[in-house]
Amino acid sequence: MSTIETTAGTSIETMPFSKALNAGLRKAMEDDPRVILMGEDIGALGGVFRVTEHLQRDFGPQRVLDTPLAESGIVGTAIGLAMGGFRPVIEIQFDGFVFPAFDQITTQLAKITARHQGAVSMPVVIRIPYGGHIGAVEHHQESPETYFAHTPGLRVVSPSTPNDAYWMIQEAIASNDPVVFLEPKSRYWPKGEVDLAAPALPLHASRIVRRGSDVTLVGHGAMVSTLLQAAALAEAEGTSCEVVDLRSLSPVDYGPILDSVRSTGRMVYAQEAPGFVSLGSEIAATVMERAFYALEAPVLRVSGYDTPFPPAKLEGVYLPDPDRILEAVDRSLAY
Amino acid sequence: MRPWGSSQDPRHRLCAPSTAKRETSVSVDKVTDADIPVVRVLDADGSYAPNAAAEEYLPLIEALPDGEIEQFYRDMVAIRAIDTQATNLQRQGQLALWPPSRGQEAAQVGSARAARPQDTIFPSYREHVVTRIRGVDPVDIIKLMRGTSNGGWDPTDPRNGNTRIYTLVLGSQTLHATGLAMGLVFDGRCGTGDPDRDEAVMVYYGDGASSQGDVHEAMVFAASYRTPEVFFLQNNHWAISVPVSTQSRVPLVQRGIGYGIPSVRVDGNDVLASYAVTRRALDEARSGDGPRAIEAVTYRMGAHTTSDDPTKYRGSDEEQEWARRDPIARLRAHLEHRGAAGSVFADAEAEAAEAAEDLRVRTLELTSPGPEVIFDHVYTDPHPLMAEQKAWQAQYEASFAAEGQEGHR
Repeated sequence: MSTIETTAGTSIETMPFSKALNAGLRKAMEDDPRVILMGEDIGALGGVFRVTEHLQRDFGPQRVLDTPLAESGIVGTAIGLAMGGFRPVIEIQFDGFVFPAFDQITTQLAKITARHQGAVSMPVVIRIPYGGHIGAVEHHQESPETYFAHTPGLRVVSPSTPNDAYWMIQEAIASNDPVVFLEPKSRYWPKGEVDLAAPALPLHASRIVRRGSDVTLVGHGAMVSTLLQAAALAEAEGTSCEVVDLRSLSPVDYGPILDSVRSTGRMVYAQEAPGFVSLGSEIAATVMERAFYALEAPVLRVSGYDTPFPPAKLEGVYLPDPDRILEAVDRSLAY
Repeated sequence: MRPWGSSQDPRHRLCAPSTAKRETSVSVDKVTDADIPVVRVLDADGSYAPNAAAEEYLPLIEALPDGEIEQFYRDMVAIRAIDTQATNLQRQGQLALWPPSRGQEAAQVGSARAARPQDTIFPSYREHVVTRIRGVDPVDIIKLMRGTSNGGWDPTDPRNGNTRIYTLVLGSQTLHATGLAMGLVFDGRCGTGDPDRDEAVMVYYGDGASSQGDVHEAMVFAASYRTPEVFFLQNNHWAISVPVSTQSRVPLVQRGIGYGIPSVRVDGNDVLASYAVTRRALDEARSGDGPRAIEAVTYRMGAHTTSDDPTKYRGSDEEQEWARRDPIARLRAHLEHRGAAGSVFADAEAEAAEAAEDLRVRTLELTSPGPEVIFDHVYTDPHPLMAEQKAWQAQYEASFAAEGQEGHR
């Protein structure tokens, strides 16, 4: 694959996020013959984002299923396949198309293990390309993570780098619980280093990705790169921002977040999703409960507005950008 | 190229209106109940009178030994007694809810007795005798209705005969059944030609559930992947208060044809006919010939559940009409015609009374589970929030004991 550049003599390869996912899926399928992929257009086409490219060619149509165009059917039959010992990995084509499957995900997939008091596990991964920044039409730029993070029985994760994409997809597939795997679609193309030798972190760990001392910035998925841009701009103005990549949205690993907040005394949470009753709301509340005496300012949130995702020409107004994050940083520092 | 199952043969044995003509468009008004053959071998009075549609099934019925038909009767009588007992238990405040199966015994017994041990059964939530025939303890159903469990039994325990648990969201289980059956295709566990080894899946749903999108999607997937699967629809005429005519303008058996699934309509109050059509459909599915659909026409003689009041939406004349077609009375008359000994009926009644009493005793013994049931199995793998909240709840409860107080419950 010409897009993968190997550094001679090491286990490090440089590749785009989408290729890292593809390599991770391939590895998982090689490691476990019960892993099967299901979705719309994921076979010959390789998926609309080519994440599953060549996998049907190499593993056959019984392990890479071009399913009928029916999301509830995909998730519902994946549940039956999991009852039969398979480990299905589903691709939902776009964020806004997951909702026909919402019933099967929330009333069935999420609850089946509890309903059976542990006698039946549901090792199903639901991959969902999500988020804005790609100028697409309605239903193609949304961030639906809150619905799933709110649902007991599901795990929800979102990698932000090619290395995390490669390892987290394998860890999600190895999980014996259902995992909603949110892929920030604007990050599919940028390249990054992938260490093929060993994962850096477990699936549900958050991670400090930039050190700083004045304000803690927290987010997930594509927002991590926006936070890093904001931190670089802040540094030029003399403000030192620490950046935490949440990685796991449910459960949340509060350790690195609280460590950081106890050191900076200030926190800004940023997300593309609407803010009302969101992941940012939950994390802000928890940080205030657990680090109250360390805080110099209230935890502030920067979100998409509480509106439907707007027409794409307005997404720059809707989505948090470095300037909106820095505006919140300034407000935090003003306390 | 179709990598799964046998080649796709368009010459499916479809159930079509007997008056069908080759036309460029189909007028739904021309397809009425009267146009659709119903497989029936027992008349309402119990006389053995196979109709034309039943001809091809007669060898299966005539091969049934007397003892097997008497077993059908015992199954039906026992579940009616259990069902009545459970309804009473609900009325006495011992259960939150009970969905009575009264009137649907023949459809359920005939179909369940047609399945082989290696088959997997997906019930809806009214298939009390289906689960009992497969080995599930009826008290396990009571656990759902008494609020001591959300599942009731372990479908992976061999004693439960590959019977999945009840599903309360209508139609959801049809997709699970189809997925499991897809796995049988991928694993080569059907269509080998060995009937003792080949497996099939049977899924139960009703006329109300037939309107759910999941049933549509299940039939699309089943037809596409040629699953070894039987869709067993019990048309009991009422989805709580809404009649089947609101669910469908055409006989429900017609739906299967649209998906390319060979479909048959059977008199669901005729246990012999229900047995035979299901036996045939399961054999064909198991052999790798793809899915089959059955519409069993029956009647919910009782309420939808104990929360329901049928007097608000249907007349007693209708109920009396169906009471004359009671499936148990019909089979009893047939057995009497065949010269069954009187002890067959007396023994069945005694067995049923004993089962119902046993249900009552063991229901009253069911106690609340411990709070660990809330936390322990939400996830299979360890989960920090579950551990944290379980520990908090335990110390919260313990704090009352530490203060020398009664627990707050």
